[in-house]
Parts: sequence; structure tokens; C-alpha cells
Amino acid sequence: MLSPKEIKRLDQEIALVPTRKSACIEALKIIQQHRGWVSDESLRDIAEYMEMSVEELDSVATFYNLIFRKPVGRNIILLCDSISCYVMGYKKIYQHLQDHLHIKFGETTADARFTLLPNACLGCCDHAPTLMINNDLYKDLTNDNLDEILKEYR
Amino acid sequence: MAVIYIDHRAYEVKAGKNLLETCLTLGFNLPYFCWHPAMGSVGACRQCAIKLFKDKDDTQGRLMMSCMESVKDNMYLSINDPVAKSFRSQVIEWLMTNHPHDCAVCDEGGSCHLQDMTVMTGHTYRRFQYPKRTYKNQYLGPFINHEMNRCIQCYRCVRFYKDYAGGTDLDAFAAHDHIYFGRAADGVLENEFSGNLAEVCPTGVFTDKSLKEHYTRKWDMTMAPSICQHCSLGCNIIAGERYGELRQITNRFNGEVNGYFICDKGRFGYEFVNSINRIQQPIIRTKIPEAVDKNSLYDYLKTVLSNRTVIGIGSPRASLESNFALMQLVGKGNFYQGVSETDAQLMRTILHTLNAGHVHIPSLKETEIADAILVLGEDLTNAAPLLALTVRQAVHRKPLENAQQISVPPWHDTARREFAQEEKGPLFIAYPTKTKLEALAANCQYLSPDEIARLGFAIANRLDNTAPAPQGVDEDTLQIAQHIANTLKQAERPLIICGTSLRNEAILKAAANIACALGTEDKKASLFYVMEECNSMGLAMMEVPSLKQATEALKKKEANTVIILENDLYRRDAKSAIDDFLEQCEELIVLDHLHHETSNRATVLIPVGTFAEAEGTLVNNEGRAQCFFQVFAPKNENFRESWRWLDEFRQFKQGISPEDLQAPGDLMMEMAASMPQFKGAEEVAPSADFRISGQKIPREPHRYSGRTAMLANIQVSEPKPPEDHDSALSYTMEGYRGIPPAPLIPFFWAPGWNSAQSVNKYQEEVGGPIRGGDTGKRLFPETPAIENAFLNTIPPAYKASPGEWLVVPLQHIFGSEELSIYTHGVAERAPHPYIAISQQDANDLNTREYQLMQVTIGTLNYELPVMIKKELPHGVVGIPYHVSGLIGIAWPAKGILKPVMT
Amino acid sequence: MEKPLTQHISSNHPWLNLKDYTNVGGYQAVHRALKSMTPEEVTKIVQDSELKGRGGAGFNTGMKWSFVPMDDVRQTKYLITNADEMEPGTFKDRLLLEGNPHQLIEGMIVSAYAIQANISYIFLRWAYKKAARIIEEAIAEAYAAGYLGKDILGSGFNLEMHLHTGVGRYICGEETALLNALEGKRAIPRSKPPFPQVSGLFGKPTIVNNVETLCNIPHIVNNGADWFKALSMGSDAGTKLYGISGQVNKPGLWELPMGTTVRELIEEHAGGMKPGFKFRGALPGGASTDFLVTEHLDVKMDYQSVAAAGSRLGTGTMVILDDHTCPVGFVHNLEHFFAQESCGWCTPCREGLPWTEKILLSIENGEGRLEDLELLEMHTKYLGPGNTFCALAPGAMEPLQSGLKYFRADFEKHIHEKKCPWDEQRNGSHLY
Ligand SMILES: Cc1cc2nc3c(=O)[nH]c(=O)nc-3n(C[C@H](O)[C@H](O)[C@H](O)COP(=O)(O)O)c2cc1C
Ligand code: SF4
Ligand code: FES
Repeated sequence: MLSPKEIKRLDQEIALVPTRKSACIEALKIIQQHRGWVSDESLRDIAEYMEMSVEELDSVATFYNLIFRKPVGRNIILLCDSISCYVMGYKKIYQHLQDHLHIKFGETTADARFTLLPNACLGCCDHAPTLMINNDLYKDLTNDNLDEILKEYR
Repeated sequence: MAVIYIDHRAYEVKAGKNLLETCLTLGFNLPYFCWHPAMGSVGACRQCAIKLFKDKDDTQGRLMMSCMESVKDNMYLSINDPVAKSFRSQVIEWLMTNHPHDCAVCDEGGSCHLQDMTVMTGHTYRRFQYPKRTYKNQYLGPFINHEMNRCIQCYRCVRFYKDYAGGTDLDAFAAHDHIYFGRAADGVLENEFSGNLAEVCPTGVFTDKSLKEHYTRKWDMTMAPSICQHCSLGCNIIAGERYGELRQITNRFNGEVNGYFICDKGRFGYEFVNSINRIQQPIIRTKIPEAVDKNSLYDYLKTVLSNRTVIGIGSPRASLESNFALMQLVGKGNFYQGVSETDAQLMRTILHTLNAGHVHIPSLKETEIADAILVLGEDLTNAAPLLALTVRQAVHRKPLENAQQISVPPWHDTARREFAQEEKGPLFIAYPTKTKLEALAANCQYLSPDEIARLGFAIANRLDNTAPAPQGVDEDTLQIAQHIANTLKQAERPLIICGTSLRNEAILKAAANIACALGTEDKKASLFYVMEECNSMGLAMMEVPSLKQATEALKKKEANTVIILENDLYRRDAKSAIDDFLEQCEELIVLDHLHHETSNRATVLIPVGTFAEAEGTLVNNEGRAQCFFQVFAPKNENFRESWRWLDEFRQFKQGISPEDLQAPGDLMMEMAASMPQFKGAEEVAPSADFRISGQKIPREPHRYSGRTAMLANIQVSEPKPPEDHDSALSYTMEGYRGIPPAPLIPFFWAPGWNSAQSVNKYQEEVGGPIRGGDTGKRLFPETPAIENAFLNTIPPAYKASPGEWLVVPLQHIFGSEELSIYTHGVAERAPHPYIAISQQDANDLNTREYQLMQVTIGTLNYELPVMIKKELPHGVVGIPYHVSGLIGIAWPAKGILKPVMT
Repeated sequence: MEKPLTQHISSNHPWLNLKDYTNVGGYQAVHRALKSMTPEEVTKIVQDSELKGRGGAGFNTGMKWSFVPMDDVRQTKYLITNADEMEPGTFKDRLLLEGNPHQLIEGMIVSAYAIQANISYIFLRWAYKKAARIIEEAIAEAYAAGYLGKDILGSGFNLEMHLHTGVGRYICGEETALLNALEGKRAIPRSKPPFPQVSGLFGKPTIVNNVETLCNIPHIVNNGADWFKALSMGSDAGTKLYGISGQVNKPGLWELPMGTTVRELIEEHAGGMKPGFKFRGALPGGASTDFLVTEHLDVKMDYQSVAAAGSRLGTGTMVILDDHTCPVGFVHNLEHFFAQESCGWCTPCREGLPWTEKILLSIENGEGRLEDLELLEMHTKYLGPGNTFCALAPGAMEPLQSGLKYFRADFEKHIHEKKCPWDEQRNGSHLY
């Protein structure tokens, strides 16, 4: 069931586009914002509201890598694995994250605190290596400042 | 016209046409995947690459995708260019990197477009050294099997299912090399055209599940050209047999009728042929034992037929030949249509309009180009499925064509869709409930049958004020009528669709009036009739009385013996009326292939061949006569064509004894000679003595295997193959290997093209008619209008009558038809009996969804669960037409409803 | 040296809000264009300025606009800013978006006026959260000040502006895939023709321009075409945002005259290679450009000169390959990216890129064979422009083909020694 708050947000987006369907990516984003990820059930509800079939919506949802169709942790770590960060040693950061959180790319910690995902270039290559946690960008990473950063997220 | 040069040779071709199509039309073996003749180009697979040179002197050239180019004058091209060739084989190598190479266990093997293209490009050696990607398969319902690992991501499945057929439950998921085609979760594919996936998919991802149950490779099948038996449209099919079992139906291209596609009822509804419910042996119920051999039957009938007055009851699902043979046996005056008086009258009305000639009856293909459509009282998806598919194309066509304004060529599928977006051409539907085409329609009116007719009359009157106008129509309806009239008037090719489903003659008349009112000298409106069965039209054209008169004849003791041809009368009229009729018969002789309520009452029961074991001619809704041919000579010698039995009985009647029986003459010739309305039907297919280079056309492909071993468990020496004296087709693999005339094409197959795509080679130009012309002969030549005679029997305004409900029959593609239901997948998809009631009426009756309702129709009583269909007009309820347990109702019906107390 | 785009952006100051922006002369171009110029005049001046699209392909911007049909005034038209910036190694648009959003908005208003578009979108990549906040605010300010909305400055011209943030996928930056993404569909590229200028968003005439491209527009309108051309030191007009990342002393981003040399960028602006690191090569304009190597250090960074050196200016943001980094691993990282980001529509890209990725990994892991180099070369040949549906795969082949050319010895060494020569230096495991 979509909440009244969600529906209100959906309606705002629908009002901006020529056909209802064309707001479907916005709809997925809104639900993900509220619920962390898009479950099969959420997907069904959105599809119904957007007057689309589940298939049609899931076809869109599964195309985009930042729509999460599996449960994720409370905090999402997006580690840049693109070329500048590669040159500047993102693999060491990745190793460090693995050692400390005991998760690999695509995995979530047992306490659901973190989900770790690789991400394409975050657009601050002059401060590589970089990562994002939720909405926060971290640059010039070293193993030392990484520990400090992770502490911020419960 | 344009001149293009391919590998230094000049060709004169049509300018503006798609280049890939042009190359294929010229006979080049140019591989492709994502392109499809009915769906155009998208340029995804990159398989059709050829070289384009700037001019004659350019030796470099550049690769380009032939499917994404239009033919222009003076193009210098190369298909054989080494780079182009090597690129094409590279594309295959890419596609094969993840393909499982499981041809040996794959249902597609031997008729696989991917196999063909792989061989065609010469890719043989695998250089990809890494593990293959694998997928999970899905359960997709009873018709289609899913094997995703074989996918080559050509996108044809979604493009057909979603874009072309309007399905919503199949799509492409994920991205990069994880693309997946399927449903969101396991479940039945709901679109009525899902079976085409098996032909559209170039490999073994989507395959025919019914074939899987008795699998046979294409090359091992005995095949014949045939006509679908399950509705009035007459789609052309290929039927294949092995070991005496019918195993597969595939599409047989007919440019005027079904084109590239058939519906799931047509594709999967064939299992009745293999049913254990088949009548196996002649039965004489007065004898012990009942089952008799042919000679005893002959002896018995010889006496019966020469001593009694016999009437014959024809059938709208039997061939012209069989109906005619019965008529000849009993005499024209004693031959009756095996349908109710209501149904006969509906067909008379249709014939009247057709014979008057002032409207144009379009072929199925023509409906695809209509630019404004009005549907009066039909649920196309369920009553005439392929028409729903063509109407869908028509609705999208104009907006797509608008893309030509920005020079997007007609074959450019994605660009046209991107330009057209959600725009649609006008479609209006008037029907008591929602139909599946609703999503496409500009306006839907939910009306009782009489109100549908009145709306129709109002539209006709708005178009031409000399047409009769209904009285007492409300302002809203008038406005809608005006709007529809305006839209139809503005259209260049308006199309009116109506039919017999609702059993309302006024609708047919209203539709005819609209078509007349629209017709002018230069522009004729098209009027499309939906009927019930594969030979409804043919039977009606015989112009004989209905069951009602047959009953009267029996009652008047004009006869006491009845021969019923391939007909379960309980599906024709009220149970009481049929009981009444059957009680009058002293001797009841029934010829049919399946046991049913009527055959159970027979005193003499004679097994006959189904369409797969018989040859015959049918007339479809459009008045097109088409032939189907025997697919195989059945092991059971009793499975003989009805007309063969009946012609023998005629000979008995004439005093010929069984030993002296003659093979029947050409019944169609005889029929056309005695009934001029059938003139032309005898020429539909080349006659039995037709030969090409002295050879017959083989039903078996040249790779047919096991011929010498098939029966080795019974008899080591190979039996002589059966001979076919009735047609130019042979039962062997020997014979003419080229392209036969369209009516005799038993399968599509060309060197290097083993899959369904080989049809390209049979067409005059790709997508165009079969070489030498498509199959079928229209029996209603268009005559100039005699006069603009409007029909006038406008029903009074519909008023719900308290305590009594108008019960309308709701058609179901799966379930309403008699024969297809024997396929368990079709049965699985059929609805359980229900009664559809509007929300308001449900409230009035104090009932809810799923609650049981006692429904009394005449002498019949049913307890049916309630299904709410909000939109139904007040006082109108619907029950699923002819689903199991709900036959024996006389339509149109009135009913009394009482909620069952629990 | 003039730096029109970045003169008011400073890392020490927050973004320029409407007041700041107007204080430094902002929105004058809107006044000028809407009040005293016809749409055709705006297009003409842009065309005359020889501004080339900064999104990578370098097509003349004014020319692109001139393909928009201007006769049917009732038709909806769209202007879209491509702020998807996802090309690895690229970080230039971020600065403009976060530093001076009104400059972009002003550029969009003037550009929309030129093509008479009444609806505009900024298609922003998901990761640019800060930019999203700032742009939202700036758009609201612009509406409040009457620069957006109905009858802008009494000119009768209307313009709506919306921010759309993506949900990932590099291909969304491809302008036609971007249109599909905006329509709420899978971001599969569209075939061209028809070009977006005639059939774009929702089938209507549409212009898609890069952030940097559009930010130049107000300055061109204010100062004229000749001024713009004079900014350059090379064969293309204007300034360019150049960036450098990798093992240099001062990685960063600078607005410099078009045509600044590679050497100047590395040595002067980026402060040279870090101690102990040697320059081996560079991708001049993001991940999908061919390597330049030592012999190219004096190449001018403009479209023509870089092309003459066998590469592309691309986005003008350079990634440096140093001698501590394995070139095979470097290229493998790139091909991994491209394989992941293939939309999956056309065969060569969908199946070919993962293949090259797998080969590169096996070479990197010491499991490569000499035949593998032929296979890689085959891919560079057959995934070229025109053979695939869009430019993603051809772009992906650029670093591979030039990598094979300039670093072939390194590839062969991997194969002969059955290991990566850089292995010892590297700690941390191989990932893919
Ligand atoms: C795979 C791919 C990704 C692209 N990504 C971007 C991008 O992130 N930003 C951008 O401005 N242009 C990108 N482009 C270029 C755009 O397609 C388009 O050419 C550009 O936005 C036009 O703007 P311009 O004329 O101002 O350069 C990309 C192209 C391709 C083929
Ligand atoms: S090259 Fe082909 S598969 Fe790759 S991103 Fe472009 S269209 Fe998609
Ligand atoms: S058939 Fe031409 S690209 Fe697929």
C-alpha cells in the first residue's frame, strides 16, 4: 500500500509529465527514498498507481543500477571503482572495507548497517579515491580517514 | 524505381523500400535477427551488415546495417565483401559466446533461425574461452516453454508481444549482458497471441509446449496446408503429424488473411484430433454388440436409407463438401442448417447485405489499414481473435505513419514509435461490458444489445438523414453518435465491425445502414462480420431452412429419420427444443469425430475424420473459400471424411450395392454447378490431377527420417505409403521440391532456411503475397450498389424489466469453442461458469462477488458465482458463452435471478 | 587571461545565488536576447562563435540548433541540459553546477529562446547530490525573479524548467538514451536519424546540450562571437575546462584557453608528476578517448589538434597513466566499466565488451595467450563507429586500441611471463 505521503509526491511528479507512465522513474525513486528499496510488493503498488503492468515497470526498474530491487542496509556505501580511483588505489580502500565490514561488493553486513556497492566514477577524480555514503561524498580517502568516516554511520 | 548495384551487378528495385527486405526479395541470403517483416527494423542485432560504397570507384566503403537503410538510386553495395562477411560471422560468434549449443535437445533444432544464420555466416570455430552466463527459466503457462539460456537478445519477443500484440506481461529486464526476457515472476502468459513467440523467437527460448508433449522435429513431420477450425476468420495454418498423432500447428502465411500470426486457440486447440473421446467405430445402438464394422454399417444403412424418409441436418463446422454431400443424399428440400432459427435469420440478414453489394467486405488484411473503426456488439479478442490483432495495428497505424512527415521511413519501428508516442487512431466500441481492446479505444459505450443497435441507427441517421432514426434517444447518446459519425465521415477508410455474437439482428442492420450511409461512389466503407464458426458463412450460403423447420417437418411426420452432420445440436438452441427435436426421430444417424450430447442420442453413430484427416472447403466470414487438406491417412480406417460416407450412402439410395461403390466425384464442381453462389469455390485449390513436372507435392520434407523403421516393431518390411487420390499432395517425401501454388504449400522450407523465416522465399516480395497469389477465392464479387436501401427495424429503447434479466452470452477465446477445449491448456485457461452482474444490480439483488446466484433460463437452472462487472447496463447480466456446463441455452435469453441463501 | 565560466567560482565561497549572480552582471544575456534579439539572431551569434559542444562530440552548437524546425510555432519543443557527467575521469560539469547554477540557467533560458522551447530539463546524475540541492534552489530563485515561468521579462516568452535526477547508468549521458530515460523508459539509445532536433523528447523537437556548452551561451550573447573566438589559443573557439587526475602533484580543474598544450596542463597547472612517478600516457578527455603518450606532450588540447594526434579532446579532463600502474590493468578497468554500462541493445557491445574485459583480466592474471591480442584487436576493429548502435562501444575501444598500440610490450610481457609485472608493487587482491 502506498502511503498518503507517497501518493502526494507521486501526484506532484505525474502532474509534470505528458503521460502518467513517464513519471515512473520518479515514482520508483520516491518509493525508494521512503522505503530504502523497491520490493516486489512496492513495485506492484507503484505499477498499479502508475497504470502500468508490473512487467513494464520492472523492466525499467531493473535497467537502472541505483534502483534497489533487493533489500539494502541502512547505509549505502558506493565506492568508486572507475579509472582515476583505480590509479589512485581504490582497491586498497576496498580491501580495507572488506576487512572491517566483512562484506564484498553487492553484500550487506549482518547487522544491516552497510551495503557495499561499486559505483562508476563519482565525478571528483581530482580527489580520488572517493566514495559516497548515502548522500555524503568523501574524497581523498586513506585507510585512516575511512575508519573515522564509517564511525559516523550507525 | 531505383537501380542499385550489389557486388557489381545492377538490380532494378523499388526506391524507398527497406534495403534488407530488398536484398532478401532479390534472393540474397542475408542473415538477420532483430528485423521481422511484420514488425520492421530496430537495428539492434547488427547481423545484417553489408558494405556501402560512396560511388563506383570507392573501394573502401563502410559497413552499415542493411535493415536501417532505405533503397536509393545508384547505391553501390556489397554483400560478399570480406569485411562485411567476416563482421557478420563475428556477430554470430558474439551471440554464440553464451549460447548453450544444446541443439540436440532443443525443440527449435532443425527449424531454428539461429542455426540457419550460423551456418549461413560460416561461423564454426569458437574462440570464447570463458564460462557462459546462465539464467533461470520461468513457468509461462500451458502453451509456451521458456529456456532463457538460449536467448540471443534480438528483442523480437517483446517487440511482438508488447508492441505488436499489446501484451503487458512480458518484457525485457536488466541491462548489459544480463538482459532477460520473461515475466516479472512465474505465471501464465496472458496475451492471446503468445504462441507466436515460438515462431517469432529465432531460437529455442520460447517454444511450443504442446509440441513438447509429443515432440517431433520439423523434418520428421508430415504436413499439410490447412485452415483453422476454431472461429470464422479462416486463418491459414500448417498442421503436422507423426505416428498418427497431430503434433503441431504453425502459421501459414496468407497475405490477405492472417499474415504472419495466428491466435493461441488456433495454434494450440488441435488436441481434439488426438482425443480419447474420438468416436472410433461405427455404432448401431440397436445391435449387440453395438460397435460394428463398415460392412455391417453399410448393410444396415442401405436398408434404412432406401425405406425411410430422411432429412439431413448440416453443420457450420463441417466442410462445404460434407454439407453438400448430405444435401445430395437427402435432397435439397430435406436439408436443413443445423442452427437455430435465430442464428439462421442473423446469417440471412448478413447475406442480404452482402448480396446487395453496396458495402465493401474487407479481408482481414484490409482491416489493418482502416483509419476509423466502430465495433458494434462484438468482443473481438474473444470472438475473432486475429481481428483484434489487426484492429490493434490499425489503431496505431496512422500516428505511426505521421512519422513520415519527418522523413521516417515506414520500416523504422522504433523511430516511428518514438515519434507517435501514445497517440492512437479512432476506435469506438459498443458492447455490454469492457473488452480487451478498451485500452485502445477513444470511446466505449456499455449498452444492452438493443441499445447498441439504436446507437448504430442513430449514427447512420447522423450520416445520412434519409436513414431511419431511432426515437427517444437521449441527448448524450445523440452527441456520441454525432461524434462517431463525424469521425467515420472524415476517415478515408472507415471500418464497421459487427457480428452474430449477441444474437441481435438489429445490430447487423444498424451496421449495414452505417456502412451504406458512408458509402459514396469513390469511397466505400468496409463492413466486417464476425460469425461463430469456421463454415458459418458457407452453410448460410446454402440458403436452407433452420432447425425450427426441421422440427416442424418431423412433427408433421414428413420424415422420421435424421442424419446429423458433425453437429452437437445442444450447442445450437434451447435444450428443450433439441430434446423435442430428437424425440421425433425414429432413427438418428450422427456423423462426427467426437462424442457429445447429441451423438449420445444417436441410434447410428458414424466416426468421421477431423480436419486433419479430411479434405474440404470452408467459407470464412469474409466469403473467402479456402481449402484444407488431409494431413495424414489415419490408422483407423473409420476416420473417413463425412462427405465420403455420405456420398456412399447416396449411392446406396440410388440402389448401388456396397461392392460396387464408386469413389466420389468432384463434389465442389457439382456444388458450384448446382448452386451458383458457390461458383469459384471449386477453383480454390488445384485439382487432384495437378502436377508440377509430372510430380505431386510431398507432404513430407526431404529430410524425413525413419520411414523404413517407423513401423518396424509391427512389420519389418516397409509398407507402401498411402496414396492420395483426392489431392495433388502425396504422403511421401518424393515429389516436387520447388514452390507449389499457395493453396498446396504443406510447409515453408528453403535451402539454408529451415525455420519459419523461410516464408520470405515464398513471397513475391518480402511481406507481400505468396508467389502466384495468396490462397482463397472470394465468393462475393463486388457489384455496384443496386440502391441505397436502408434497413429499418429499430428496436424500442431498452428498459430493464423488473424481475427479469437480459442474459447476454460473453465470448471467451478459451472455453466458448467446442473443439479447442479438448486441449488441456485451453481448458486450463477457460473460465469457470459465472454470472456477470453490474454493481448496481448486485446491490439491488443484495449479493456480492463470488456469492452463488440461482439463474433460471427457460427450463434450465444454474447456480453460478457472481462476478461484478461494474459497467454492465442495468438489467443486463452476462454468462460465459458455451463454457462447459452452460450449453443448451437459446439466445437471446431472459433469466430470473435469485441469490442462493447460505 | 579571461575565464568567463569560472571567474566567479571559488572553492572558498559558497555558490553564487541570484543576488550574487546579478551583482556580477548575471542575467544580462537574458535581457539582451529576449528583448532585443530574434531567436534566429541568437542562434546565428552562437553559430558564428564556433562554440562546439563540450559533451564530447564537439559539434557546432549553433548549427545543431539550426536544425530545429521553427515554422510550427504550436509544437512543444524542449531544451535539455545534459548534466549526467559519468564519463570516468570527468569532473568538470560538477564545478559549474555547484559553483554557479544561475550561469547555466541563464544559458538555458537564452538557448531555449533561440529554439523557442517552452519546457526545459536539467538531467542530473544521481551522485551529484549537492548540485541537485543548489540547482533546485537556483531554479526557484529564477522563477521568483521572473526569469522562468510565463512571459519572461514581458517578452511573451515562456519557459518551464525542471530538474530530473537519474538513477544511474552511464548510457543516460548519450543524448538519445537520455530522452528515453526522461520519458520514464529504459535508457536505450535511439537511432539517428531522426535526430532529436526533429523528434526528441516525447517525439517533439529537442536540443540536448552539455552543461559547459550552455554555460558559454550568456557570455557569447553578451560579448559577441569574435570575443569568444579570441579567447582561444588553438583552432577551436573559447575557453575549455581542463582537468587532470592521477599521480600528479596537484590534480585539479582549470579554465584555460582552448588549445593549451598537454605539457602545460601537466607541468604547470597540475604541478608535474608526483615524485617517483613517471608519465607514460594519458587519456586526454575521459575514459573513451585514445591514449596520448610522451610524444604528444606538445599537442594542443583542442578538437582538431587532439584528433590529429590520433585521439579526441572528449571532455578535456585527462587521466594520467603512470609507470606504477599496469597498463593492462588500467585498460581492464576501463573495459569493465564499459561492459557494465552497455545498455544491452546491440550485439557487438553487449557481447563484445564483456569478452574484451575477460581477456584483459586473464592477461592481467597471467593466463593470457598471444591469440588473445588478436581477439582484442578484432574487437577494436569491429566495435568501431557505425558497427554498433551508439557511440558507447566505439568509445570503449579507443583506449583499448591505443593501449595495444603504445603498450603492446607490456601486454606481451604479461603473456610471456604469465604474470603481471606490477604484481609485486600491488597489495590488495585482484577484484574481477
Ligand atoms: C555513451 C555516451 C555517454 C555520454 N555521456 C555524456 C554526458 O555524461 N554528458 C554529456 O554532456 N554528454 C555525454 N555524451 C554526449 C551526448 O550524447 C551529446 O553528444 C551531448 O550531450 C551533446 O551536447 P553538446 O553538443 O553540448 O556537447 C555521451 C555520449 C555517449 C555516446
Ligand atoms: S553500443 Fe549498443 S549496446 Fe552499447 S550502449 Fe550503445 S546501443 Fe547499447
Ligand atoms: S536485422 Fe539489421 S540490425 Fe538486426
